[in-house]
Amino acid sequence: MQILTVLIPVSLFLGFIGLVAFIWAMRTLQFDDPEGDASRILTKDYDDKPAP
Amino acid sequence: MGYDAPADLSSGISACPACVAAPSAQRLAALQRPETARLILSLPTAHCAVCMSTVEGALKAHPGVSSARVNLTLKRVSVEAEADVTAAQLAEVLEAVGYEAHELDPGLLSMTETDRQGREILMRLGVAFFAMMNIMLLSVAVWSGAEAATRDMFHWISALIAIPTVAFVGQPFFKSAWAALRVGRLGMDVPISLALILASSISLYETMHSGEKAYFDAAVMLAFFLLLGRYLDHRSRALARSAAEELAALEVPRAIVLQDGQEFLRPIAQVAKGDLVLVRPGGRMPVDGVVVEGASEVDRGLLTGESLPAFAGPGLAVSAGEVNLTGPLTLRVTAAGRDSSLHRMADLVAVAESARNRYTTLAERAARIYSPLVHILSFSAFAFWLWKTGGDVRFAVNISAAVLIITCPCALGLAVPAVVTAASGKLFRKGVLIKNGTALERLAEVDVVVFDKTGTLTLGTPTPSNLDTVSAQDQSVALALAKASSHPLAMALAGHISGVPAPVTDLREVPGYGIEGQLNGHTVRLGRAAWVGVEGLAQTATYLAIASQDPVPFAFTDQIRPGAELAIVGLTLQGKRIKLVSGDTEAAVRAFASQVGIADWVAGALPAEKAAIVRGLADQGHKVLMVGDGLNDTAALAAAHVSISPAQALDAARVASDIVLLGRDLSAIADATRIARQATKRMVENFQISAAYNVIAVPLALMGGATPLAAALAMSLSSITVSLNALRLR
Repeated sequence: MQILTVLIPVSLFLGFIGLVAFIWAMRTLQFDDPEGDASRILTKDYDDKPAP
Repeated sequence: MGYDAPADLSSGISACPACVAAPSAQRLAALQRPETARLILSLPTAHCAVCMSTVEGALKAHPGVSSARVNLTLKRVSVEAEADVTAAQLAEVLEAVGYEAHELDPGLLSMTETDRQGREILMRLGVAFFAMMNIMLLSVAVWSGAEAATRDMFHWISALIAIPTVAFVGQPFFKSAWAALRVGRLGMDVPISLALILASSISLYETMHSGEKAYFDAAVMLAFFLLLGRYLDHRSRALARSAAEELAALEVPRAIVLQDGQEFLRPIAQVAKGDLVLVRPGGRMPVDGVVVEGASEVDRGLLTGESLPAFAGPGLAVSAGEVNLTGPLTLRVTAAGRDSSLHRMADLVAVAESARNRYTTLAERAARIYSPLVHILSFSAFAFWLWKTGGDVRFAVNISAAVLIITCPCALGLAVPAVVTAASGKLFRKGVLIKNGTALERLAEVDVVVFDKTGTLTLGTPTPSNLDTVSAQDQSVALALAKASSHPLAMALAGHISGVPAPVTDLREVPGYGIEGQLNGHTVRLGRAAWVGVEGLAQTATYLAIASQDPVPFAFTDQIRPGAELAIVGLTLQGKRIKLVSGDTEAAVRAFASQVGIADWVAGALPAEKAAIVRGLADQGHKVLMVGDGLNDTAALAAAHVSISPAQALDAARVASDIVLLGRDLSAIADATRIARQATKRMVENFQISAAYNVIAVPLALMGGATPLAAALAMSLSSITVSLNALRLR
């Protein structure tokens, strides 16, 4: 059972990373145009600029 | 939108004191300033990866455009360009590569407030998901038999995650529950808040006393599912709001004001009574006024439904919304902005709309039954067990918390938003925008469909109908004359007559009347009936007079809007009664009705009569869907149970309707009614599903048999089934 003292903080930490990543993605408008982004990957023209 | 009348016109834009009070005026003024401009166009037909690169490529190739970016979710493209690039030019560029595009007013598309709210809910959703998953992980250990110290530790860790989470994530529920309680109502959020607080505190108490049952997982899961529903609800509302904003932004009203012989392009807000306004051929009257100079014909189709152009000359009054056809007109403004006939009509609509807002949705009706029922169940369970156990408060509170959790209103909180989101997303892809939250449910109840003719079932573009009865020689003369004019009837003739034009010389356009020329020493004329000296036909027509011969009429019919027949057939197959109500002449309406297959029609209806017809049908117990585009339809649109208008309709008509068709195609109407009915059916099914879950689970909870595992299972299973059912829309 000693292992729990390691595993629980580890699992919480990993989950927390996911939460922070989600909040970051939301703050930086990654969900602004989900449909467009899904299609944009299929276009052949090179796009080196982020969305204005 | 309201425009304030400027106090001092002559001092120009910068000194306009009303601009400070009216942000829209300031924004419109900013539109005129020569700077690098950001233009936004709506692209209703864009749908794929190829569309994006075509559109962006075409726009970037246009001189002066520095960048273009398509947002496929919102079906918009935003363009950074130099000041001299206009949206009309870009729309033409896009038209050339095959995409419909409309200008949007960037100032009206301020999404920031809804954006912030949406992100706030999304943030809470993320936190709830994180907490739910971690607590679930710990709970699995407890369910599979963790004991004594281990179980207590797991409960403590769960409590550490759950209590702050519930406090943060539950805020929207607590706030609205508090607001409801303060006015003495029991909304949906009261039982939700009660369940969250009760479950968390009883679990904390149990944990402190090394109890067996802790509902932390259930409390957080409840918050998660309900927040998910709330987010979906918010998203479809935001979409509808942005759609409404988009429609308001479609029209960027400006007028050419004549001052000391000079032309100034001014926002409508700065045009005052008494100003002189110039309206070029093809332009729409921005104000009500009296013609002081020029002669022309005006198309009153949008206002009255007449397809026959009317004459306009000095001394005659014209109203805002009419289209000037042939010659330039100078108007003395009699009413502008808020006072113009267009806006007065919009005010009428606002009055009629408030009646429609009283519609109670299925969810509201269900909530009215649900909310008291839950409280009664929970409190009676508490009272019963308190009596039964002889005063064991801890046990009784446990039971009543379990009851509250089990009866989680997921069907109400999640299932309805899920269905609405799925349905409105589906309709949006078909080019149908739902502006009003309850429109979908109202659309499902419709049994009579009333159509307007001009501009709704037709495109408002004429095509010659009797060319085969006109001799080839007359046709060639007409072609020669028509080619020299920009009048819509002449352009339609020029486009439909094939062959070599006759050698007509000295072509001269007489604004407001027609066009004349010389052929072999004779005068030939193409134009209005009175001008060529003949009695006019009952339908739209132009007349050709060659020397002293009898004038030859060219009759026109309106082109049917694509998908109109399909929509009518589709609606008939769904068992709906179809009625055509038009302001046009009887002959034109009769011919058109037989062409599209509508047996029930009314011609020459005035705006008030249209509304009366719709109201009459409603009084007979019918639920009426009104489809119309013109100003003459607005009262009827507002009076109907639910209303649809095309995107090309007048501002006032779009404001009055619940649903707007973005594309040119009408066939989406039949799809919309079908999907609406299906959506309502899914909602009812979802209520039944969650009722079934409750019938099984609630007695269990009342008996005290609801373990945390059972609560978690019942909640997640019911939430998942209702969501999946919502996605079953075809």
